[in-house]
Amino acid sequence: MMHFLLLFSRQGKLRLQKWFTPIPEREKKKIVRDMTTMVLGRKPRSCNFLHWKDLKIVYKKYASLYFCCGLDAEENELLALEVLHRYVELLDKYFGNVCELDIIFNFEKAYFILDEFLLGGEVQETSKQVVSRSIEASDMLQEAEIDNSDYDLELGWP
Amino acid sequence: MSDVVEKTLSALPSLLSLDSQAGAGKLSPSSKLGNLIKGITELTSKHEEERLIKKELESIKEQVASPNTTMRQMKEIMVRAIYCEMLGYQASFSYIHAIKLAQQGSVLEKRVGYLAVSLFLNETDEFLLLLVNTVLKDLQSTNLIEVCMALTVVSQMFPKDMIPAILPVVEEKLTHPKEIIRRKAVLALYKFYLIAPNQVQHIHSKFRKALCDKDPGVMTASLHIYLQLIKENPESYKDLTGSMVTILRQVVGGKLPLDFNYHSVPAPWLQIQLLRILAYLGKEDQGTSEMMYDVLEESLRRAEMNHNITYAILFECVKTIYTVHPKSQLLEKAAECIGNFVLSPKINLKYLGLKALTYVVQQDANLALPHQMTIIECLDHSDVIIKRETLELLFRITNAQNVTVIVEKMLEFLRLTCDDYSTIDLVGKVAELTMNSVFSLGGDVMQPDIPNNFLRLLAEGVDNVEDRQLRLFAVDSYVSLLQGETAKLPQRFLQVISWVLGEYSYLREEESDPGSVMRLLARLLDQRHTSTETRSWVLGAMTKLCSSPVSVALARDVCERYFWLWCSFIPQVDSSLSFLDGYVSEALAAGAAPYKSPHQRQEDLVQEKALSLEPYGLSLPVSLSSCSITDRRSPTLLSMSSVSQCYFSSTTLKLEGVKRVWGKDGYLAQQQSAGETPTPLVELPSPLLSPQSPPSQTQKPSSGLEPDQEKRQLASSLFVGLGSHNSVCLVRFPSTVWLFIKHCQSANQSNVVKALFKPLRTLDHTTSNGNPHVEGTEQRVEAGGPLSLIRGNGMVAVVPPTHTQTDPQTQQDLHPAPALERPRDLPLTSHLPAELSGLARSEFTPLCSDQDSSLALSACRVYKEDALVLLVFISNNNDSALHQMALQLTCKELEVYIFQTGLNNKVPLFFSEIPVGRSRNQDRNTRGSSNRDLEKPRIFCENFRNSCMPLTVSTGDYGKMWLSFSHDLKQNLQLVTTEHQEPLTATLDALKGKLHLHVVDIIGSEGIVACRLLQGPGQGQPCLLHCRVHADSLAVWLRSPVPELPDSLLYHCQKALTET
Repeated sequence: MMHFLLLFSRQGKLRLQKWFTPIPEREKKKIVRDMTTMVLGRKPRSCNFLHWKDLKIVYKKYASLYFCCGLDAEENELLALEVLHRYVELLDKYFGNVCELDIIFNFEKAYFILDEFLLGGEVQETSKQVVSRSIEASDMLQEAEIDNSDYDLELGWP
Repeated sequence: MSDVVEKTLSALPSLLSLDSQAGAGKLSPSSKLGNLIKGITELTSKHEEERLIKKELESIKEQVASPNTTMRQMKEIMVRAIYCEMLGYQASFSYIHAIKLAQQGSVLEKRVGYLAVSLFLNETDEFLLLLVNTVLKDLQSTNLIEVCMALTVVSQMFPKDMIPAILPVVEEKLTHPKEIIRRKAVLALYKFYLIAPNQVQHIHSKFRKALCDKDPGVMTASLHIYLQLIKENPESYKDLTGSMVTILRQVVGGKLPLDFNYHSVPAPWLQIQLLRILAYLGKEDQGTSEMMYDVLEESLRRAEMNHNITYAILFECVKTIYTVHPKSQLLEKAAECIGNFVLSPKINLKYLGLKALTYVVQQDANLALPHQMTIIECLDHSDVIIKRETLELLFRITNAQNVTVIVEKMLEFLRLTCDDYSTIDLVGKVAELTMNSVFSLGGDVMQPDIPNNFLRLLAEGVDNVEDRQLRLFAVDSYVSLLQGETAKLPQRFLQVISWVLGEYSYLREEESDPGSVMRLLARLLDQRHTSTETRSWVLGAMTKLCSSPVSVALARDVCERYFWLWCSFIPQVDSSLSFLDGYVSEALAAGAAPYKSPHQRQEDLVQEKALSLEPYGLSLPVSLSSCSITDRRSPTLLSMSSVSQCYFSSTTLKLEGVKRVWGKDGYLAQQQSAGETPTPLVELPSPLLSPQSPPSQTQKPSSGLEPDQEKRQLASSLFVGLGSHNSVCLVRFPSTVWLFIKHCQSANQSNVVKALFKPLRTLDHTTSNGNPHVEGTEQRVEAGGPLSLIRGNGMVAVVPPTHTQTDPQTQQDLHPAPALERPRDLPLTSHLPAELSGLARSEFTPLCSDQDSSLALSACRVYKEDALVLLVFISNNNDSALHQMALQLTCKELEVYIFQTGLNNKVPLFFSEIPVGRSRNQDRNTRGSSNRDLEKPRIFCENFRNSCMPLTVSTGDYGKMWLSFSHDLKQNLQLVTTEHQEPLTATLDALKGKLHLHVVDIIGSEGIVACRLLQGPGQGQPCLLHCRVHADSLAVWLRSPVPELPDSLLYHCQKALTET
């Protein structure tokens, strides 16, 4: 199970944080601090896997943004790397050639996408199409509502 | 809307206006969030940021409190609040409003409200109770999106106690027509199962239904629950094995819709989940495992694409294969797979390879052998993560033989690392290694620097929490050890226990009765199997513990019981009196602890210096001798002076590394072990100091090779004892060379071990040279007996395939002129195994230095304390590298150690044999030598020369011994004359060099010499020589307790001098 997912910039600025297990506020801050120092301190082309306490840390840098997650000891690191990758693909599909600014200014969208992809720290849906369809459905609903027009409940659902 | 977002900061304003134009209620009121974010990014200092956020939070607070704020505005405010929280500023006042938004907002606002709630709150937050009704309402909504949102928030966080309130509704969703709802419901139930398993017990049948769902997504979700259930109780779900196997087979076979493919790999997440489940099901269950062999093999086979995701599947597959009941065919494939991982240039795969290796070596340590060099390389990898993983691997293959090196490596890593968590972890491992397994296994035979390293580790740490924990851990585990059966614990372990308890028992004082440790120690003192040295450690520890009244009472008791013993010893050792006074008075002072004996003061000093005790090293021989003398007279008598000395000497840290052979002054003699055996101290003469091999020789092997050689040496020390003792296969050599060393138990007079050096598929041009001799050589060995072989009785003989025939003389010559004989002067010295490098040894003798042969054998003898070691070096004379070489050793009575030093083309490998058994054949020969047959003394002497060890005694002891020996012999010998030296010195030096005698003293024209026998019936027995220059000859007078010994020694002296 994934315990947390953090997105932060090269400067160590947090861009997104998702906690899948109940963690006290102070501990969260410590984790964020530890993760940024640990991950930013890594040389390029180093191993993407780290240890932190009894958690496995898997991180990957996409452009200027670091994606970093903490996993249970029995999880498969390579698979987690692909989870991060799939999330980036989803963001990319949604924003269209995603960049850090998209996530900075639309972080709530990034959260919505994440919620469709991971649930309670487990991969909920691996199909790119399905995830983007659910997101589109909600967004469509949003626009539909703004236009005050009727919307088809079934629209966009798989 | 968002897809039109511009990507640059300069485009920000337009972007924001675009967004607001699109109308999304989100940023409409003056796009406050956009301004905020923009403002933040423009700031340069943390201080400014704080100010800005403070202002922002105040404005948010004001707005949320205002009754005029609409839900739409509230939604925008919430996003800003989330942003502030993300930057690390508390916006707790907004939590209640987030809940309100989720309760009252429209679908869109609700979505943000739920998001804010899930980001702000914890499962344990009381605010969540306010959400229960909203969730319940939304779950029952006809709007699918509302249901989804409710299920999402429920699976993320829900108060445990409120689960029953919504459980029926969630359960209901399992039959919902939309698969997305079913999937989320299953995941919500999984979450409930995790936080409150009892609540969902009654719906296990519904889980089964979910498992059979026609939608693969729902089925996948249900596997989360099953993984958990099966992990906890595999027995109850064995019936699912068939279904799981079928599902996996279908997935692997690509039967799922393409939608589930990830980079054209079918449903990798599902595959891995299934593999994990199979691992739990098949663990320790042959029947179940057999059902899955086929599908596992198929998974391995199918995962062939060069992509991370296939490697992820492979890795999981390997893990499963090693977890279920083993099937050799699959294990082979899995091992191959691990090999590919380890050798991969991709660092992530290498890491996982090491990890997998770590996992599998616990079952079969030999699996690490083919990867030795990779492992060594990884040990020096620039990435600490790889290093750490390598250490983890080494940790698993630790045995009594390589523990020193491994612990050394771990400590090295510890010194470099600054990461707290890995430090704690590693320290724990070092502690575990040193303390438990190896201590109790390796016990008394292990090197004294292992416990020293451990004690240093404990003592050196700064006084922080982690060190305290480690110490406490040590104390606790030792106390529980002492509470059990102590008879089997090695003495040295008991000593370490005493020290640790003495030093750190105070750490547990708060929680337990202070006298308990004292009582345990006292019990140890009373036990018969406890050695004198250990007792001294125990007493030392008790002295330290005398601070509390209870302990003092106990100590007094102990004092009374042991007092007479000490008293009876006082006349013999003066210093004990004062120490005893101190001890007793302290004990009697009943808690008045301020008195500190000199011993304690010294000890404090020691602690201050963090146990780097170099100066105290000098006390070692003293304590050893005093201890051993007391030991022999009466096991219970104890010199208190020796208590303190032992204490210090044994905690003395020998900091020299394994490979450190050369010091400032040249060759360093092997450190004396602080063992308890009362062996006389032996000074080892080093033949290396002789002019033909000056110290510098080993220091300048071709510089390019040096790091490599170091690595190989390291490999030899790390992997020692890993392979099975009888046969070891080394991969990576393209041609195959077989080497047989057989122990021949025929009725030959000498106990011969023969070796067959047989290149099977060596490089082309050597095949013609090497092979023809093979068969003939072997026969020759059997027929020829000792003459055809080198080094006489009880020795290993390696048959030189060609050289024996062309120049047998060389083979029989025990001391061929060094260097000249060697066709290529290989710096073999640097390839000596670390533990042998400090010992006296003979020259390297080429065994088959055939010029044309691509491989050469060389050997040398190393004189260990208790055994004679024959080292056989196999070196490649060719310039082309060998990449594969198989080595087989057949040997029954000899201990064979394989040291693989490396795979380069110079010295690919060597190994040594340690004949520890003294065979009957040998005994017979030795006895036979007493009848002065011409042939037999020769055999004895051949043997003698190999088994003669220097005996280090003082002149005084020599005198006492001389008088007590009854068998003597006198003879005149010729003198050796050289230009530089006195004839006497020259002669004695010659004898010393050839026979490993110890020259005790030279006074004027007289010299005294001592030696002892390493092997045979007179094992350990000394022989003394008294030499006097008489005219132009040397009058020698030999004495020994063994009748034959002077005879043989004299014969050999004669021979040695004639040779010179």
